[in-house]
Amino acid sequence: MNILVLGIGNLLLQDEGAGVRAVEEFERMYEIPRGVELLDGGTSGIELLQYIQGKDCLILLDVVKSGNPPGTFIRLEGENVPALFQKKISPHQLGLSDLLATAQLIDRMPERVVLIGIEPKTIETGLDMSEEVGGAIGLLADMVALELTSLGLDVTPKSAVEPQSHRTIVSECGNRSVCVSVANAFPG
Amino acid sequence: MAKRISIDPVTRIEGHLRIDCELNNGRVSKAWSSGQMWRGIELILKDRDPREAWLYTQRICGVCTTVHAIASVRSVENALKMEIPLNAQYIRNILMAAHAIQDHIVHFYHLSALDWVDVTSALKADPKKTAILAQNTSSWHMNSAQVFTETQNKLKGFVGSGQLGIFTNGYWGHPAMKLSPELNLLATTHYLQALEVQRKANMIVSILGGKTPHIQNLAVGGVANPINTDSPSTLTMERLFYVKTLIDELGDFVNNVYFQDVCTIGACYREWTAYGAGVTNYLSVPEFPMDTKGTVFEHPGGFIPDGDISRFHPITGFEDDFLKKGVQESIKHSWYEGSWTRHPWEEDTEPHYTEFQDDGKYSWVKAPTFNGKPAQVGPLANVLCMYAAGDAHTRRYTDKALATIGGMAGEKVTIAALHSTIGRHAARAVRAAVLYETLQKQWQALMDNIGKGDTWTFNKPEFPNGEIKGVGLHEAPRGVLSHWIVIKGGKIKNYQAVVPSTWNSGPRNAQDAPGPYEASLVGTPVVDAEKPLEVLRTVHSFDPCLACAIHMVDTENREIVKVRAL
Repeated sequence: MNILVLGIGNLLLQDEGAGVRAVEEFERMYEIPRGVELLDGGTSGIELLQYIQGKDCLILLDVVKSGNPPGTFIRLEGENVPALFQKKISPHQLGLSDLLATAQLIDRMPERVVLIGIEPKTIETGLDMSEEVGGAIGLLADMVALELTSLGLDVTPKSAVEPQSHRTIVSECGNRSVCVSVANAFPG
Repeated sequence: MAKRISIDPVTRIEGHLRIDCELNNGRVSKAWSSGQMWRGIELILKDRDPREAWLYTQRICGVCTTVHAIASVRSVENALKMEIPLNAQYIRNILMAAHAIQDHIVHFYHLSALDWVDVTSALKADPKKTAILAQNTSSWHMNSAQVFTETQNKLKGFVGSGQLGIFTNGYWGHPAMKLSPELNLLATTHYLQALEVQRKANMIVSILGGKTPHIQNLAVGGVANPINTDSPSTLTMERLFYVKTLIDELGDFVNNVYFQDVCTIGACYREWTAYGAGVTNYLSVPEFPMDTKGTVFEHPGGFIPDGDISRFHPITGFEDDFLKKGVQESIKHSWYEGSWTRHPWEEDTEPHYTEFQDDGKYSWVKAPTFNGKPAQVGPLANVLCMYAAGDAHTRRYTDKALATIGGMAGEKVTIAALHSTIGRHAARAVRAAVLYETLQKQWQALMDNIGKGDTWTFNKPEFPNGEIKGVGLHEAPRGVLSHWIVIKGGKIKNYQAVVPSTWNSGPRNAQDAPGPYEASLVGTPVVDAEKPLEVLRTVHSFDPCLACAIHMVDTENREIVKVRAL
């Protein structure tokens, strides 16, 4: 199975870079399973076509503005992902919306597309993420691991990294209730 | 009665741009260009190590990552008056030329062709006639009736499903669309093929840059590519010959498809050579350094005042005071504190947002000037300056484009036609063809230099205690890019990026003279104020990229065009 884990976002705009940071964190915490490719896509658009086309599964990591409290996770799958980008909920809708539409046009859309998103708090010029989002980057990485596990892959943490406790977060995106199980990195 | 239209955001560009036009008797009488995003890279870089600035600057934009990386390392090298090893120059040059070709192809087909090409009309085309048309002008191997039939079937499926996907927001059936169904099918087919071809350019960047997006091989002082012709973990002969194959595949498409399609569209829309000139002061900088000191360049640069090629003034290198002293930015009409006009090294960045004020402040973009006047930058400025400087490749391809368009249109087309909306497209295609020649030359220069036994790629930078200043220049796909840096005690004290789209999309300056977008729109006919396709044609011809300003987009749905009577 060919899987691309693609983090997108702008590292210069605080929480906007969460998707990219999560890819870095996943690489730090886990052994990368065979067949899985990690990519820091930044804010690129059409340039990413060569990496996503023809993949069995594309796991996108991004910030998603849906009006929920900062740090809320969202998981979307299938048709809901391009629809989301067309509704302009993500700050990267321009590039990604075109990218996914283009992949569809040339029949090279990945068979399965999953988006794991997090609600941002501050998107101002700066390198530091908010506490809510910065503190949840490890959880985003854990969610990638869960996603890969659900695809039947064997995902093992690197030995030096300590395991974290789990909690359940329920969030809304449009009419869709999303329930995900994630590790909790917040104190209290 | 005058009408006011507001296009916000302008689509199929990178970043957030708002264009306002006042219409009188079906023509634009006044225009405003407003960058709706604020750039604050200066604030992030202050007090950082100058050697790592490029890693941040290449994150400014999702399209122009490589160009901001190169301009940044050059600014530090310029401040330190460093020499750069020849191999590093050649590797950087290949990276930049390959990136530029990719950018030009994507701009023409994927960001602007749909202003001229009606995808839905392609359904009515006869694929056999399309093939005959295409084969008359080009030897491209993917111009067969079978290929055109396949594209048409794919489009039928798309339209039949009711989902136009990427083609959703086009002005299909607009009275200003003039191509025959066959030419629409031809261009749409090449749109799809260009998706594959741009990937090849990107692969060159990946191989030499280590990764795309965001290359990893730059360093202040050179590049981090170890050259060892035998070791598989370094830049080997096998890799270099693969790069050559990719270069030639790119050249085939540029010469036999892109160049031809631009000429065809230029001939079919030749009335557009009369619109869109705007500001005809043209500025470009020399590019592709061929020596370690940055004094010999493959592409000349310079300045042309008032569209008069005979008054071309060359810019000879990174140390040229004519350029360094000529650049200023004004904030009289920009959302910053005050009303100053300053040199980039003397600027500060204090945001001060007001409402959109027609006669006051109305944009986040500053208004750059060269010797006190607005200047247009980009492929047109580049091609005119290289033509004026006598560059043989530029002269050959420019003359070929004018002759081809003239032959199709049945009238003589002179270089004066380039001061226009369609002229900017033609110049971009000419530049892509010239860049293919450049790529071949740089590749050969690298091979020859390695062949001499030189594998040196990096000189170590040393920072003095006092204050030093530098400028990093790059003739980027959208034109003159300059990063201005002030370093004190080895730390960044000030950093300003004057980007190409700032030159072109800037608001009125301290003397209230309009910027290039604004000036170019005046006089443009607009048939239907609700669907201002003609305005988009001219704005898109500049290849706007406002993401250097910032990358946030308004998350709410809203109308793209607002029209009201004044």
